[in-house]
Amino acid sequence: MSPTYAFFAHFAQTWGLVYFVALFVVVLAYALWPSRQKEFDESARVPLRED
Amino acid sequence: MTPSHAESRFMTLGEGGLAAAMTALAFFSIVVAAKAYTPAYAFHAYLFAAASVAAVFAILNRYFEGNGETPPLEIDGKPNYNFGPIKLGTILAVFWGVAGFTVGLWIALELAFPALNFDLSYISFGRLRPLHTSAVIFAFGGNVLIATSFYVVQRTCRARLVGDLAPWFVVLGYNFFIVIAGSGYLLGITQSKEYAEPEWYADLWLTIVWVVYLLIYLGTIMRRKEPHIYVANWFYLAFILTIAVLHVGNNAAVPVSWFSPKSYVVWAGVQDAMVQWWYGHNAVGFFLTAGFLGIMYYFIPKRAERPVYSYRLSIIHFWSLIFLYIWAGPHHLHYTALPDWTQTLGMTFSIMLWMPSWGGMINGLMTLSGAWDKLRTDPVLRMMVLSVAFYGMATFEGPVMAVREVNSLSHYTDWTIGHVHSGALGWVGFISFGAIYCLVPWLWNRPLYSLRLVSWHFWIATIGIVVYISSMWVSGILQGLMWRSYTNLGFLEYSFIESVEAMHPFYVIRALGGSLFLVGALLMAFNVWRTIAPREALAPAAAGTGLAAAE
Repeated sequence: MSPTYAFFAHFAQTWGLVYFVALFVVVLAYALWPSRQKEFDESARVPLRED
Repeated sequence: MTPSHAESRFMTLGEGGLAAAMTALAFFSIVVAAKAYTPAYAFHAYLFAAASVAAVFAILNRYFEGNGETPPLEIDGKPNYNFGPIKLGTILAVFWGVAGFTVGLWIALELAFPALNFDLSYISFGRLRPLHTSAVIFAFGGNVLIATSFYVVQRTCRARLVGDLAPWFVVLGYNFFIVIAGSGYLLGITQSKEYAEPEWYADLWLTIVWVVYLLIYLGTIMRRKEPHIYVANWFYLAFILTIAVLHVGNNAAVPVSWFSPKSYVVWAGVQDAMVQWWYGHNAVGFFLTAGFLGIMYYFIPKRAERPVYSYRLSIIHFWSLIFLYIWAGPHHLHYTALPDWTQTLGMTFSIMLWMPSWGGMINGLMTLSGAWDKLRTDPVLRMMVLSVAFYGMATFEGPVMAVREVNSLSHYTDWTIGHVHSGALGWVGFISFGAIYCLVPWLWNRPLYSLRLVSWHFWIATIGIVVYISSMWVSGILQGLMWRSYTNLGFLEYSFIESVEAMHPFYVIRALGGSLFLVGALLMAFNVWRTIAPREALAPAAAGTGLAAAE
């Protein structure tokens, strides 16, 4: 298929969705992975630690 | 250039290079001024020349007055923070805030009483309106963002800001852009793109300043002592990077001549409209939201002395917010030549934005869990918490208005103005005031002059916002309904001018709300001035660390 408007519109409406869902899953996995709890707890305290 | 000191030393590459570049810009500007097609453009070229000469003078003066040593990165193992440019940015933010709110009040009064433009083109509504929006968003908001981001990135990375002259270049260069943009509007120079009115030469200048800003930010993060990059920095970085992309994309234009302010944008027709609102809505999403969320994620935990409610939520908040916002622009173009599916896409993404927006709001508010009593005693924290509540309200209303059917009623009416101001006055304004009330004591290392005045500011401004947005709701819906009401013969029931007439009482009420908000800002300016000024004369040496080196 030649790169027409319809082609790009179709691509955006199908693979765009897949791309976003996949990306969101990656973000969720990174943020919610249980072993990162300690690291995130420490990170949350970064502004509170004085130097 | 040989220094006249006994001990021979040379300018750094940065000092020499910037001085040379500014000299070249000064000569070039004078040539442009001489050959300019319009007097307004010649005036701008002379401003460029004057500012460049002043910059060269400042660089040389700093070089000859200084001791030739660059300030150390650390003193006694502690980071030697660079607060000079931040102090200037904070003061300029207060100044532009008062100026921008005043112009806003004036144009609100012009709408209620049109004779107030005195038949002068310079102060007609069409010219003052972009002056107001740019002054509050870019001048006030921009200076708040630059100042707080430079502060937060240093504190959370525990590293001195990268660059010697560069941070000064960013603060001064950005404010010079503001002067060019604002004076251009009054003189009738505009490319008529909403929130992107400045013409090509101002846009080029801003691009240079902004790239330097990005490089400083990235460089400071790379220099960090803290292994983790704190979430506030992610929001600031998204703001800086995306604004750079948006600015360049939306302002891609070909000038008529080096000697003319006029340019033609490269995009045409509906593509131009789409690019404009891709820019326009992301100016909301990344300038007015992501940047100020960076403030929320640093200043609220710091002030409440609690870590953010959920760090995990902040990560999900960040990624989902930036990936959704960028697609929401088409909701500004409902019922236009834009393809239907694109309109639907913009609408759908706007509705999905509810989730990250409210996730972020909950995260900000719940940071106070176990410390709610502080709201009773600390008006600064109260201000920031109310701002997060307004964030929740505005981001609830926005997606509703982005629904095509609702938009058919709300579009082009004052409801939009009310919505924008609940976000701008409530969210952006209050989180900025809160940040300024925190920053000034931290930067100048002395207590705030009066917390009671902050309390007064809080209440006066809050009442002002409520008066403002409720009058705009009523007038907007009234307007929308009048425009769409038909007689039983199928004719429009009201002429347009009848709907304008019906707005008058609401415009008067709106101006009242705006004046209350301005009074609050004046209290803040007084409070900031009294905090900074009096003891400066008594103890000039007692300025914060790293200041002497920076100046």
